[in-house]
Amino acid sequence: MKENNVQVEHSHGYGIYILVWLGLLALTALTVAVAGLDIGRFTVATAIIIACAKSYLVLTIFMHLRSESKTFRVFVFVALLFLVISFILLFADYSFK
Amino acid sequence: MITDSVALETNGHEPSYLEYKGKHKGILGWILSTDHKRIGILYMCSVLTFFAMGVVFGFLMRLELIAPGKTIVNAETYNKFFTLHGVIMIFLFIIPAIPAIFGNFFLPILIGAKDVAFPRLNLFSWYLYITGGLLALMSIVMPGGPADTGWTFYIPYSVRTDTNVIYALMAAFVLGFSSILTGLNFITTVHRLRAPSMGWFKMPLSVWSFYATAWVQVLATPIIGITLLLVVIERVLHVGIFDPALGGDPVLYQHMFWIYSHPAVYIMILPGMGIVSEIIPVFAHRTIFGYKFIAFSSIAIALFGSLVWAHHMFTVGMSDAGEFIFSLLTMVVAIPSAIKVFNWTATLYKGSIELAPPMLYILAFIFLFSIGGLTGVMQGVIAIDIQVHNTSFIVGHFHYVMFGGTGFAFFAALHYWLPKMFGRMYNIKRAKVAFWIIFTGFNVLYFPMLIMGWLGMPRRYYDYLPQFHPYHFISTIGSWILIIGLIIMFTNFVISLRRGEKITKKNLWGGETLEWQIDTPPTFENFAEIPVVEDYPYVYKDNEIAVEEEKV
Amino acid sequence: MTTQAQVHSTEHVHRDDVGARLGMWLFLFTELILFGGMFLVYSVYRFTHQAEFHIAAKELNTLVGTFNTMVLLTSSMTMALSIVAIQRNNKRLSMFFQFLTILLAVFFLVNKFFEWSAEIHHGIYPGSETLLNEKSGKILFFGLYYVMTGLHGLHVIVGIILISVMMRFTSKGVVKHDDYIKLENTGLYWHLVDIIWIFLFPLFYLIT
Repeated sequence: MKENNVQVEHSHGYGIYILVWLGLLALTALTVAVAGLDIGRFTVATAIIIACAKSYLVLTIFMHLRSESKTFRVFVFVALLFLVISFILLFADYSFK
Repeated sequence: MITDSVALETNGHEPSYLEYKGKHKGILGWILSTDHKRIGILYMCSVLTFFAMGVVFGFLMRLELIAPGKTIVNAETYNKFFTLHGVIMIFLFIIPAIPAIFGNFFLPILIGAKDVAFPRLNLFSWYLYITGGLLALMSIVMPGGPADTGWTFYIPYSVRTDTNVIYALMAAFVLGFSSILTGLNFITTVHRLRAPSMGWFKMPLSVWSFYATAWVQVLATPIIGITLLLVVIERVLHVGIFDPALGGDPVLYQHMFWIYSHPAVYIMILPGMGIVSEIIPVFAHRTIFGYKFIAFSSIAIALFGSLVWAHHMFTVGMSDAGEFIFSLLTMVVAIPSAIKVFNWTATLYKGSIELAPPMLYILAFIFLFSIGGLTGVMQGVIAIDIQVHNTSFIVGHFHYVMFGGTGFAFFAALHYWLPKMFGRMYNIKRAKVAFWIIFTGFNVLYFPMLIMGWLGMPRRYYDYLPQFHPYHFISTIGSWILIIGLIIMFTNFVISLRRGEKITKKNLWGGETLEWQIDTPPTFENFAEIPVVEDYPYVYKDNEIAVEEEKV
Repeated sequence: MTTQAQVHSTEHVHRDDVGARLGMWLFLFTELILFGGMFLVYSVYRFTHQAEFHIAAKELNTLVGTFNTMVLLTSSMTMALSIVAIQRNNKRLSMFFQFLTILLAVFFLVNKFFEWSAEIHHGIYPGSETLLNEKSGKILFFGLYYVMTGLHGLHVIVGIILISVMMRFTSKGVVKHDDYIKLENTGLYWHLVDIIWIFLFPLFYLIT
């Protein structure tokens, strides 16, 4: 309800944050380990995918996107869409030069 | 009627926002005010000042071009003129004008709110605007002189020239930040502060366009921010980002520049289109045709407008595939704009048209924007663009859309809303005379550009072959006619502020949106009680089409 | 009907935590796209100078980079924990976590300082003769490296200042268990700074 502007947060316990932190450290270790492998063309893609996974954790848990209304998630999607589209169209030029 | 609220009539003893006494007195009560209406007025004064400056540079440019060879200045100075004309008109006039003046003043009122979501941030946006303006002025007066790169600041010249490029870039950066914060404020305001009874599809169409514009402001502007910042860093620290001498790619600069600057033109036109959608129903006395189509087309224009930027770069050496893709997407972006034009025209059909001054400018908009838009679609065809790129044809095109479009919508908004804002009526006859002079001058000024550009006259050239002389001559005469018209129009407004007929009537034109339900001029709080909205904002009871629309 | 005196306030300030967060997210988008623009430039140059980027990246110290990443991730956690603490009305604990966050951020910057010093000592800095004699791919790599990590570092400094202000607000009770939106928004800012680094790290330090 718009009148109820004061949001009473469902307080996460401390635990979830510590868990996510461990997950982030693990993913960092993973990305460093994978960097040592020779996977040629997939190097960038793998690094980006792992970075996206880490960002997803930070966005949903640390930044509380999970408990916000749908509007926030739509907003984030639109912003990311803009970046992704710009990237794709930029390479519409560069990948064919 | 659309509102059914209690106690919308104030007791008449409430002071208007102009007389309201807050924490600060005198001038401080204005420049420290967080009242969205006062901030709108602050913007109006500053934006119009810079508009006048931009007109002066345009006037000087046309004066130089009236004859081949040197007329009043040399080539280097001419380059500075067109750079300043572009930078001022784009960053200090067209981008902020309608959102920062009319969006600030009327958006909260149109949705039944008392202010925007972040009033103090709103004031800060204006401070940033002034700072940006001052930086632009400094670029003119500081040693080195104003930039001569064109408003596009293309690499490598922008990192080579000795002129005050850094001041100009910092000005654009700060102005961009101002634009971002305004957009951020408007998005939050529309989401959070609508009157409880106003669902998304009861919002006035101008609110839809302010909303769509705000998204482009927030998402696209940071790109130009970082791009210009990188150029500054490159100039100062010789970093090696775009400069080809350091291994950089100047075409990449152009990509980054246009990823913002193309959506920027939609920041310019969308609010103008919103004004058109506001004014047409009122003076055609007809319900707007296709409300949802117009609303969604605003979103579509904002979205598709982000996909077409490289159509500014067809001649710089992009890949064939890239050019093909961007040309195709450019065709797509014209569609939602066309949808609006069709809907406006359909609204006029069988309407009872009243040619009040606002309506004159709006009808001119439809005509001029169509010319501008169609010449734009032409340029989307690569084969044509190879011929007309960097000619006067482009200059004619963008003046038809930005000036004939947004500019005329801005003038329409002035004629529509100034009496509400100040409670003073201007002289209608004088306004109409000014309109016809402006309309004539505009076309005499810009249509020859389309012709001579087609015939090969380059843009940004201070000298030219004799065969183009007649066109330039006519065009310059047009600029004088236009300026006379502008002077009459603005004089009319200024006189009216002092000596115009005082108005206390709430609904001057017979509009159906919320600003016509409140006091003239509005009180500080806008509404005594938050209004209850029952219907579409543009329902005119005396016609069957309205009834049909309601049933749908 | 409210009287004029009651209705008058010099500002239309009303509390709307959701709106405040909405506005903050929108601001974060602008930061995201500011850095995103640089990532676009990076991606084009990496695509066009793959081998040279690969060689240039060897000058960077992967260990320091990894360590700094862990430091920043931890600081994100402490920031989030400070909010849980204030929600539970544990003022002291919240301030402790905020202080930890600042400490970790400072630690990050100190590491950065040593990193940059080492590179500058080797003559690799923007506009240096050493760098300008290298291949264009390497010039571009380090141009982007310094600008992107530099701008990121500036944002870390701003974050430290903001969190310090929050510590003061918490101690004064401006930030409290039933009104902590300022701390939350500061947290959002800090997490974004972390996310940017999450992408900077592999793209500069893990090119092999």
